[in-house]
Amino acid sequence: MVTVEMNQIVYQRPESLADMPTHYCPGCTHGVAHRLVAEVMDEMQIREKTIGVAPVGCSVFAYNYFDCDFVEAAHGRAPAMATGVKRVLPDRVVFTYQGDGDLASIGMGEIVHAAARGENITVIFINNAIYGMTGGQMAPTTLPGMKTTSSPSGRDVEQMGFPIRMPEMLATLDGAGYVVRRSLHDPKNIRMAKKAIRLAFETQLRGLGFSLVELLSSCPTNWGLTPVESLRWIEEHMLPVYPVGDYKVAQALAGLRV
Amino acid sequence: MPRELLKGNTAMAEAAVRAGLEAYFGYPITPQTELLEYMSKRMPELGRAFLQAESEVAAINMVYGAACTGARVMSSSSSPGVSLMMEGLSYIAGTEVPVVLIDVVRGGPGLGNIAPSQGDYNQIVHGGGHGDYHPIVLAPSTVQEAIDLTVLAFDLAEKYRAIAIVMADGNIGQMMEPAELPPMRPLRTEYPDWSTRGAEGRERRILSSIYIDPKEEEVMNYRLMQRWRTIEANELRFKEYFLEDAEYAVVGFGTAGRVALSAVRAARAEGLKVGLLRPITLSPFPYARLDELAEQVKAMLVVEMNAGQMLGDVQRATKERISLNFYGRMGGITPFPDEIHAEIHRMVEQPLPPGSDPRAAWLDSFASVLHVDGR
Ligand SMILES: Cc1ncc(C[n+]2csc(CCOP(=O)(O)OP(=O)(O)O)c2C)c(N)n1
Repeated sequence: MVTVEMNQIVYQRPESLADMPTHYCPGCTHGVAHRLVAEVMDEMQIREKTIGVAPVGCSVFAYNYFDCDFVEAAHGRAPAMATGVKRVLPDRVVFTYQGDGDLASIGMGEIVHAAARGENITVIFINNAIYGMTGGQMAPTTLPGMKTTSSPSGRDVEQMGFPIRMPEMLATLDGAGYVVRRSLHDPKNIRMAKKAIRLAFETQLRGLGFSLVELLSSCPTNWGLTPVESLRWIEEHMLPVYPVGDYKVAQALAGLRV
Repeated sequence: MPRELLKGNTAMAEAAVRAGLEAYFGYPITPQTELLEYMSKRMPELGRAFLQAESEVAAINMVYGAACTGARVMSSSSSPGVSLMMEGLSYIAGTEVPVVLIDVVRGGPGLGNIAPSQGDYNQIVHGGGHGDYHPIVLAPSTVQEAIDLTVLAFDLAEKYRAIAIVMADGNIGQMMEPAELPPMRPLRTEYPDWSTRGAEGRERRILSSIYIDPKEEEVMNYRLMQRWRTIEANELRFKEYFLEDAEYAVVGFGTAGRVALSAVRAARAEGLKVGLLRPITLSPFPYARLDELAEQVKAMLVVEMNAGQMLGDVQRATKERISLNFYGRMGGITPFPDEIHAEIHRMVEQPLPPGSDPRAAWLDSFASVLHVDGR
């Protein structure tokens, strides 16, 4: 039996996470994603040299929750803004944190070109298959047949097109150093997600080009499901469309153990 | 520094470099492209950042990010590209970071053409982007002035944490003239106490245009407006020619002002007591000086390379007290001195009655200039 001393700390807030309650809905995985990024920042001791770029979406206030310098971008423009920061301060760590509407719809141009340039930034990409902040409209990542407030009879692919798989697309670009998809629906996958986030930041630190980790995430409020049902929904419905996997891993990262 | 024969676009680029520019982001568009091309060679040569963005939308957002580091940064473009930048400019204004933009204006609307125009006055001076903010807008009429105003733009942007725009037209960008470049300033080594460069040994900093509580947003707007009053009080710039004893005044900026000066000289040679007011800052605008002039002169003629976008500001200043007349060329046409000379005569001989609509009168008579049916 494992004994734990009464005053031994076994779990605490990472230093890189500011001490403040978040505005995220109960059961939303934005909080998990924030924590993973903060843990990685702690482990790599990069908090003091990191500049984050917040998006427009539910994570618009991400800047409040990380204890590092932050700037707040216009909708979809985070990769461009991050480029501006990074080009002036190439020795700092720069990351964006973006939702699927932000990154794969209005910001499609900016993300593709940042990747194509091999921009030395890290992108944390939250795919919840919906526009969370504006109340549950269809996103480019919304699943075929999925009901949203702007696809009330379900996404009809004949009319509204098909889901976009970003890592698969971006992996075709030579500038991409590390492009993967992970999921936040259970502890095992969360641990895998953290490793990927670590590798993405390692990619940047090593100057190996653009890095992106897509995280399959839940939106209980706008999906109309309980938090537990939402996690199951990710597994049952999102995973088949968005397979977890490594889509591009720069050769130089291959032997790296984190 | 010796005077050299310099092209406007490259002269503005080198002036920016010498003013301590640390990063440039842009996208090709005529008649501005030489500026970007010059930067693509010059900036890396000096170990400074240059990037050709994928669009003007991206370019202005790169500038936004770079400005957050406290570095001296800029972009340049021409009218259709500047239209695309309006979103970014509003965010930049809302975040209170200093940015310089050079707009080498061309004929529009739409894709229009690549000829010189002043059709961006409204979108630059009176907004474009959403919300209450004013950029500082500087309008050069020579290559030398384009150089000097580019340097000034950086200093003003930084002093007021504001956007400073050099609004040139295609003539200024494309023309070669003898001019003198300023000495090279050293790059800054200290950065402002708001800049986000990594929270090493200090509290984190956040730069954002969000004030989710309307009460705080109102306070922020109030701060911007009060700062604007300071700018209005301190940074007004205009140039006067032959106005001391003038009974008639011409008002024009940039190339239109320069061409008007030739016409005013010709009219003076005929003994007409006419002078010229050439606003250099279009924003802040010389309302007070025009207000005074309206007490002095019998009539005014506003000359622009657009359909009277500055005219409204002159009307606001002169308040129907005097005869106000207008002459404009649109769509990328630069007026000849003769045309303005003829309009000076029209103002003297057949002044419009005070309070009448100068634009309507101009449109009526303009049909004959175009050789089209006026209806
Ligand atoms: C230019 C612009 N268009 C639209 C909006 C409104 N808007 C705010 S958030 C958002 C969607 C964000 O969705 P997503 O990126 O999927 O992030 P989530 O909220 O789901 O985390 C939209 C459309 C905006 N702020 N700016």
